[in-house]
Amino acid sequence: MIYFWAFVVGGLICALMEYISLKFQQLTPGHLLVGLTVTGAIVNGFGLYDRLVEFAGAGALLPVSGFGAAITRGVMEEMRRLGWEGLLTGTLELVGLGIAAGVLFSTVAALVSAPRG
Amino acid sequence: MDRDQTAIEGAKDYARLVAQWAPKPNVPLLISRAFLVGGSICFAGQFVFDYFRQRQPTEVEAIALTLATMISAGVLLTALGVYDHLGELGGMGAAVPITGFANSMAAAAIDFRREGMVLGMAAKMFVIAGPVIVYGIVAGILTGLVATLLRLAAG
Amino acid sequence: MTAKRVGQFTVQFSQPPRIVGAFTLMGPREGQGPLGKYFDAIVDDYMWGEYQPEKAERKFLEHAARRALERAGVSENDVDYFIAGDLMNQIVSSTFSARSLGIPHIGVFAACATSTLGLSLAAMLVDGGFARRVLVATASHYQTAERQYRYPIELNIQRKPTNQWTATGGAAAVVAAEGEGPRISHVTVGRVMDWGVKDANHMGAAMAPAAMDTLLRHFQDTNTTPADFDLILTGDLAQHGSKLFRELVKREGHTLGGKHMDAGASLYSPEQQPGAGASGAVCSASVLLAYVLKEMAKGRYRRVLALATGCLHNALTTQQGDSCPGVCHALVLENG
Repeated sequence: MIYFWAFVVGGLICALMEYISLKFQQLTPGHLLVGLTVTGAIVNGFGLYDRLVEFAGAGALLPVSGFGAAITRGVMEEMRRLGWEGLLTGTLELVGLGIAAGVLFSTVAALVSAPRG
Repeated sequence: MDRDQTAIEGAKDYARLVAQWAPKPNVPLLISRAFLVGGSICFAGQFVFDYFRQRQPTEVEAIALTLATMISAGVLLTALGVYDHLGELGGMGAAVPITGFANSMAAAAIDFRREGMVLGMAAKMFVIAGPVIVYGIVAGILTGLVATLLRLAAG
Repeated sequence: MTAKRVGQFTVQFSQPPRIVGAFTLMGPREGQGPLGKYFDAIVDDYMWGEYQPEKAERKFLEHAARRALERAGVSENDVDYFIAGDLMNQIVSSTFSARSLGIPHIGVFAACATSTLGLSLAAMLVDGGFARRVLVATASHYQTAERQYRYPIELNIQRKPTNQWTATGGAAAVVAAEGEGPRISHVTVGRVMDWGVKDANHMGAAMAPAAMDTLLRHFQDTNTTPADFDLILTGDLAQHGSKLFRELVKREGHTLGGKHMDAGASLYSPEQQPGAGASGAVCSASVLLAYVLKEMAKGRYRRVLALATGCLHNALTTQQGDSCPGVCHALVLENG
């Protein structure tokens, strides 16, 4: 069942963003992605987004709102552990691995691949 | 603004004309395609997530590894020259999932590699992905701060 | 000394210079399009063996220029000026080609209106007696324009229906006082017009007022109407821009009917999914120097009004919220 909800919830988030992009033509994909990331981060202030992840799994985790939510979650967890220091150290706690992987693989890709157009 | 009157009059009406004659996107079709492409990526990601959940001690680690795996997949599809076509097909359905985030890093890296490894590839890698990280971190810190203050205030 | 001026904006040549040689060298996508058979040569690899697309663009420009000299039967030494422009920052494709051609170089920038601006200046230099022959060239490339004006090549971007696809290729012509070829009889250099279109994804809309303005100025100055021409070629307004252009012209009391053709709307077939059509400096240049010249040689057209349009924004002005100014330069080609 989680597979079904992953598909539906993930698809709905994307469909909503597509709708916004068609409705407000002046917004670039960059603006839209930033907006969604920030939304995810704020919604997760009280762990609300994490509940959506429990419900829809990757459907909530993979959209960039999940990226924002993961930053907030990292901050909250590190604060519980370290106190105020965690406010900063927690930011990349969960997403750091992903960013590092992105940097590493993108570098490799740039070395072996050329734009195909 | 130093323009002649006819131009200003023409311009006023022109904005209306351009807006009125702008080709109307097929909204239901584009939204369905975004839904299908984005849903499919998340559906595939769920298999990865389940795989790591069974093998990792904590959910946090499973999440991190899932994100890393999907990012690698996004980079791979970009290097193969596939992901931009996925974007043409699915629009935000390809941009919103974390694979799209990876695509924006890899696409910039591959493209600007042609201006060198340091000032090209490395400097431009975050030209699209950077804002997401910047605002994600700012929003995460502020949300953490506000949530904690509210919790303290509530006792 | 204004004997050659008619009206406020137009130049009428006393001894109309001729286009004595032209060459169009296009990329594979353009070669597969409806006008593919008109182009003089197609390069199957649009990167032309280069790793950097800017180098490929330069190659397109330089090769087209050299082949145009061959067509005109002259060498670099017989040409007094090399007028060239392109879309790159600091028009490097043109200046770097000028470096190897060794002809005194006049760099021009009019974005996609470079073709008619270059030919107009060349004709003025020749008719003014300042040059015997002038080589005019321009080029554009899909990848160079995409990465300079828009996004990295492999980014997941969904193109909008008003987006135009930058054509890949180079086009060049030799304008001379004597020789065989169609004459350039009139030139109307246009004003920069900005009617407030801010959407850089809808360049056709940004350029249509400029095309309308230059067309009307030309009609007014030369006391002509659409009936005096066999073909009115605009470029590159593409589908939606052309529609707006025809409407603006209609409001001023002229109907173009079947005489209007737009270079941007003609370069690709709908199956090639180019969005609204083609753009790029080589788009109007190639349609003019390949399709129009060849059809004129066959006698299908005798008098053609060419209006190349350019959108003068860059990536910075768009990000800073400026609207996109447009410009349009016109010239008249005649057989005989």
